[in-house]
Amino acid sequence: MADTSINIRRIIVYGIVWVVAAAWLFPLVVVILNSLRTAEEIAQTSMIGWPRVWAWGNYTQAWDTYCIAQTCSGIRPYMLNSALVTIPATLISTLLGAVAGYAVSLWRFRGDSWIYGIVTIGIFLPQQMRLLPWTLVLRDLGLTNTLAGLVMIHTIQGMSFTTLFCRNYYVSIPADLMKAAKIDGAGFFRIFWRIVLPLSPPILIVTVIWQFTHIWNEFLYGVTFTTGTQQPVTAALIALATSVADVPQHGIQSAAVVVAALPTLLVYLFGGRYFVRGLTAGAVK
Amino acid sequence: MSALVIRDLHKRFGTTEVLKGINLDIDSGDFTVLVGPSGCGKSTLLNIIAGLETASSGDIEIGGRLVNAIPPKDRDIAMVFQTYALYPSMTVRQNITFGMECRNVPKAAQNQAVERVAKLLQIEPLLARKPAQLSGGQRQRVAMGRALVRDPKLFLFDEPLSNLDAKLRVEMRMEIKQLHARIGTSIVYVTHDQIEAMTMATRIAVMHQGEVQQFADPDTVYNRPANLFVARFMGAPPMNTVMARIDAGAVVVGDIRLPAPEAAAAWQGREVVLGIRPECIAEPTRLFGDGSAPIVITAPVEMTEPTGAETIVVMRLGGEKVLGRVAPDTRLANGATARFAVDTRKLCLFDPQTERLIA
Amino acid sequence: MSPAAPAAARPPFASLKRLPEFLVIWVPLLISAGHVVTFALWTTWMSFTPSTLVPADGFVGLRNYNAVLATRNWKIAFDNLLLFGSGFVVLSLSAGLILAILLDQRIRGENVLRSIFLYPLAVSFVVTGTVWSWLLNPGIGIQKLVNDLGWTSFRFDWLIDRDMAIWTIVITAVWQSCGFAMALFLAGLRSVDGDLVKAAQIDGTGPVRIYRRVILPTLWPITITVAVIQLQFAITTFDLVRALTGGGPGIATQLPALVVYDFMFQRGNLGRGAAAAVLMLLVLLAVLLPHWTWRAIQNRRAARG
Repeated sequence: MADTSINIRRIIVYGIVWVVAAAWLFPLVVVILNSLRTAEEIAQTSMIGWPRVWAWGNYTQAWDTYCIAQTCSGIRPYMLNSALVTIPATLISTLLGAVAGYAVSLWRFRGDSWIYGIVTIGIFLPQQMRLLPWTLVLRDLGLTNTLAGLVMIHTIQGMSFTTLFCRNYYVSIPADLMKAAKIDGAGFFRIFWRIVLPLSPPILIVTVIWQFTHIWNEFLYGVTFTTGTQQPVTAALIALATSVADVPQHGIQSAAVVVAALPTLLVYLFGGRYFVRGLTAGAVK
Repeated sequence: MSALVIRDLHKRFGTTEVLKGINLDIDSGDFTVLVGPSGCGKSTLLNIIAGLETASSGDIEIGGRLVNAIPPKDRDIAMVFQTYALYPSMTVRQNITFGMECRNVPKAAQNQAVERVAKLLQIEPLLARKPAQLSGGQRQRVAMGRALVRDPKLFLFDEPLSNLDAKLRVEMRMEIKQLHARIGTSIVYVTHDQIEAMTMATRIAVMHQGEVQQFADPDTVYNRPANLFVARFMGAPPMNTVMARIDAGAVVVGDIRLPAPEAAAAWQGREVVLGIRPECIAEPTRLFGDGSAPIVITAPVEMTEPTGAETIVVMRLGGEKVLGRVAPDTRLANGATARFAVDTRKLCLFDPQTERLIA
Repeated sequence: MSPAAPAAARPPFASLKRLPEFLVIWVPLLISAGHVVTFALWTTWMSFTPSTLVPADGFVGLRNYNAVLATRNWKIAFDNLLLFGSGFVVLSLSAGLILAILLDQRIRGENVLRSIFLYPLAVSFVVTGTVWSWLLNPGIGIQKLVNDLGWTSFRFDWLIDRDMAIWTIVITAVWQSCGFAMALFLAGLRSVDGDLVKAAQIDGTGPVRIYRRVILPTLWPITITVAVIQLQFAITTFDLVRALTGGGPGIATQLPALVVYDFMFQRGNLGRGAAAAVLMLLVLLAVLLPHWTWRAIQNRRAARG
């Protein structure tokens, strides 16, 4: 009697979670299937359906030849732009954040908590408050409509997160370790290089994944500060989804969406544990 | 020559003063233990000696050289930490050579030094391991190896044994003492454990509330504590302290009269605090020191605590609770009045106002 | 080193030899902190100037604010924000809590399920918005599918319905980020002191009651933290709306972030754009400041107790 009620309860629990999980996977499955269906097929039925013929050509078109806002080179150049912005900005902001977090947490100096406080307030300052100033800074530096400009913006803004992550990790390094190193005669850089950095892989992975995901997925700056073929892929996707062709090309558009989402999805797939740790670390600020 | 001189050292954090004018002169070759309850400032003092913190005022000399403005690495010191502070990403060998690497010591000399220290501490088989692969005792040894390899003027130990289990702590205690005897370098050793202080030190500095209460050899600190704090801090169980009165050459506690030391004459008729070590109250058949018959008193027994080697007796003396140590085969009934022998040669008297030792 | 540890008094950059570390420490920190302060101040200042296409000097008081507040655009955006913010936070918190409780029942495949609920967070809002705009499009999405399957009277056209369109944004946002709430709740459920549960069991408390009376009350701090983070997201939402509805139909799904963008870059009125941005910031502060105060009080209490 008790057993059956427990069993029924467990069946209900499993039922609910898997139904919800199916709903969560639904959009992903739909867009992947669509990316392999022809435009005619989608037009005849709906966005939701099993491919009758596997239209692998959607991907080559989306990648290479599909027209986005008068430029017919697919999303390839935009993917390249995103990569050229995301990779350097991720690496530089992580490195700077690691050094800054190290300095703030392990080397007490005058004003350290003040400057750290202001840097982390940057996490909360909405992008809208920075749009105009960045416009002027980019103009004055001659970086308007360049990838270098986006790299600079994401590096400086990203430091708020990377410094916070690294600082919170480094404060748990025992004070005795720092004392021992100072007595051994190691200075700022040697301690960082030989002692702190070898302890850092967990937090650096979290930080890199966080930064990569955020910068790759960023849209507002991309669409504001770049135009045409300088835009990152998120901005190009909007242009693509709203571009009105004679016949709606949902198959090709789906393929483009899948490709654009792929880098961060892969990072999530292989670094999920660290991704979640970044989410929760960001929450406990 | 002095290995370490501390002159009128003050340390303030904001408005709180954690060190209130420390003066210490430590002879070369001494094993000095800074002992005190947590928060007494002993660790801060050690950090200041090491140069890891700066004093608010005062001077520090190491080996006759003023080091106030000299960074830790140039003070010719080595330090062993409570948490060992081994670099987790380096092997034992690298841990030991890291300091030499920072000072650009040639590789050959580094290797030589490692061999010497590893042999001394018997850690040769561990050299290739990482700290995470070592037991607590092994880490402790490596931490000492890292300090020893510097061959400094002064060793600083910051509660190095408090993370070890009780048995290992006793072993390491002896080992450090032997090591000191062998190498002869001056040591300043911080601990909150008064037994460590007693067993290892050649000189003890008892600290409390940012001040050195007493700086003397272990025997003096134990038998002639400079004040009530030291009397109550050193020894386990600590010295009994009861209110007493001086009357015609006797210390009177309740209805018990004990012969007073000569210096007590000036306190005739006044109140004093009598300090008496538990081991000075024993079973009535005990003969102390010179073999003369001891004074025997009677007191009501409240409770007994057999430890095996001896039995601690809780009794009432002049209305106050007092501990004695009797032979384990002594039969005592709770609540009954029993007779005890008192060793009157080691009585201490304290001024109840200043809490200082009178006699 | 505890944050309360007092700073060493020795100046850290005493000699020229330490110039490199001085530069490495201060230059990035100063740029990062400097941009936060100057940008915030500059935009605030802009909001009091008569700037239109280019920044201009002068002081016009609250004129820009009054102008922004008077526009239908802002009014709709603000109403939408209230609706979207509360709907999104309530739904995503409750969905996240329910999922976390279900996942906490020691079920098989927990890791896979958790990954499924969390993956949308790894994807750009542009992607999410685009895909959901297709699914919710009555002509090609779910409605079409159901119609084709034979239920021809089925209607699911919120995306093009002025009154309901804002809810499509709620649905999508909940789908995208309730996994975040779930992850934090689950971590909270798992961090409940085992001894507490044991003590309750020994007292003869049943599992459901243990859950209600012992475990769930410990989740309050997490709930508030998650709510604040999600509100912060709601207030600054931009990408999702751009991709999903573009603010439409008409301006039915405007949100403050879109109004800011509209003023700044489409109507070329920097002063009003800045004023709208500052208004956004004020809404954000109305959420963050009480939260920070509450946290500070909690921390002080924890430090004292």
